[in-house]
Amino acid sequence: MKIKQLSVFLENRKGRLSEVLGILAENKVNIVAISLADTSDYGMLRMIVSDPYKGCNVLREQGMQAMLTDVIGIRVPHATGSLYHAMELLMEKNVNVEYMYAFANGEDASAILKTKDIDEAILALQEGGFDVWREEEAYHANL
Amino acid sequence: MDTKDLMLDPKHESMSRDEMAVLQGQKLVKTVKRCYDNVPFYHDKMKDMGLEPGDIRNIEDIRKLPFTTKEDLRNNYPFGLCAVPRSEIVRLQGTSGTTGKLTIVPYTQHDVDVWAESAGRCLTMAGLTKEDIIHVCYGYGLFTGGLGADFAANRIGATVVPMSAGNTARQIMCMEDFGATALACTPSYALYLAESIAEAGKVDAMKLKVGIHGAEPWTEEMRRKIEEILHIECFDIYGLCEITGPGVAMDCRYHNGLHINHDFFYPEVLDPVTYEPMEDGELGELVFTTLEKEGMPLLRYRTKDLTSIDHSTCACGRTTPRISKFKGRTDDMKVIRGVNVFPTQVETILLSIGGNISNHYQMIVDRVNNSDTLTVMVEVNDNVFSDEMGKLDGLKRSVEAKLKQALGISVDVKLVEPKTIQRSEGKAKRVIDKRNLV
Repeated sequence: MKIKQLSVFLENRKGRLSEVLGILAENKVNIVAISLADTSDYGMLRMIVSDPYKGCNVLREQGMQAMLTDVIGIRVPHATGSLYHAMELLMEKNVNVEYMYAFANGEDASAILKTKDIDEAILALQEGGFDVWREEEAYHANL
Repeated sequence: MDTKDLMLDPKHESMSRDEMAVLQGQKLVKTVKRCYDNVPFYHDKMKDMGLEPGDIRNIEDIRKLPFTTKEDLRNNYPFGLCAVPRSEIVRLQGTSGTTGKLTIVPYTQHDVDVWAESAGRCLTMAGLTKEDIIHVCYGYGLFTGGLGADFAANRIGATVVPMSAGNTARQIMCMEDFGATALACTPSYALYLAESIAEAGKVDAMKLKVGIHGAEPWTEEMRRKIEEILHIECFDIYGLCEITGPGVAMDCRYHNGLHINHDFFYPEVLDPVTYEPMEDGELGELVFTTLEKEGMPLLRYRTKDLTSIDHSTCACGRTTPRISKFKGRTDDMKVIRGVNVFPTQVETILLSIGGNISNHYQMIVDRVNNSDTLTVMVEVNDNVFSDEMGKLDGLKRSVEAKLKQALGISVDVKLVEPKTIQRSEGKAKRVIDKRNLV
């Protein structure tokens, strides 16, 4: 149930983000979800893509610092308090979330979250009734 | 083997520090008098400083003397600093400075003998004797490398094969056919030769045991590589044509710094800004005063090379002081908020973090609101990259803390993408100074 996130280190330089996106587009790597965090010096681009291995390779071939990270994707119904419910399940198991971002997905929304205790988190969420994305689903969501 | 067997001149190479200081003092007095009496450049300089030869009585007085720079040599090209009549000069050597004019150094017969003696000590230090065959592929000519090795080999009675550089196939054939036991050449050529010998499957056909390499900077990694391929022991020989050719210093079999023949060439390691002497182990500019030279004696010649010195007695029994491998040039030094900062210090810190961090870095010195700033750009390589920004920030902060501790000033570390720091011919431009201080 773990899915691969493509993480890219981005220097704060003009045009750098579009360069990365351009390389992925040229190589027909589709972006399912995206999050961009930034500091004063650099940014961190985190993405769920249609082919994470290919995406990582083509970026690295162009000299970008890219890596794959295991994350969890869950479907979060459009209902008040559903994300809160997911977090409560994790808190009960003492699972700490490093970061999280969300994306729209048909009828529902989805959240990508990163934690050290990934197996425990998946179990807790599933037991709590959450739909956890499988790899082949996640990479092609919204297609 | 007794350690003294590896000394050509045990008396001077293992002389007590006090005895040596007396000897150096006597030689300095003579050298200063020679300069004052025969070289208008030094005569005028000393007069301007209100200094007379009689003011120099012992080696400690060396600190009163004026400095000599490469520029002084250029301004007095070709024979302006010569201290003897032209008829006494038996040889001219020099370098083609990359900035134009040649640096020319006139030698008397005594100067040549001192050169041979000091370089001969180096060969003996490496265990070479009259039984050895020394294959020299340093260039012969104005450049001191080839002839220096040649004179040294003559001094110890070894057989010289004066090949000069080039034609690798012929070099290998001669080394094999004549049974060379020592190879004297630049480290980069040694590595090239070693790889060619290995490629030709000739390593076992060679009788080589020792390599004597110098005339350019090289790393421990290069040394290990040459040693591994050829199954030899490599030595780092140092010289500079202004002082004499190769043989000013070399490392002994303990490879713990380069022993300076300080009865001929008196070394000082000074703060490049204040000219105060540095303590043993501290980084500073290497400054040489020749103690025997007749043709072109030099007082406190500033080499611009950064090193540290160790006066303790070496395990080999020598009392001659040892200098560390060069840590760069004073030209690269920056004074930031009044503190001397060398790029190599930054490099050392990055390496000490344990191979996890890229050693490609760049220092940016700037002035913001009348205060100097130092930013060190560090490339984020595979070992340190993380999708968690907390980890990257932690790395940034820990490098900042270590740099601050080592340099004594606060440093801003900036993480940049890999391979974005400009590299030219494999060497990165390490320092960019944006301060406009004119």
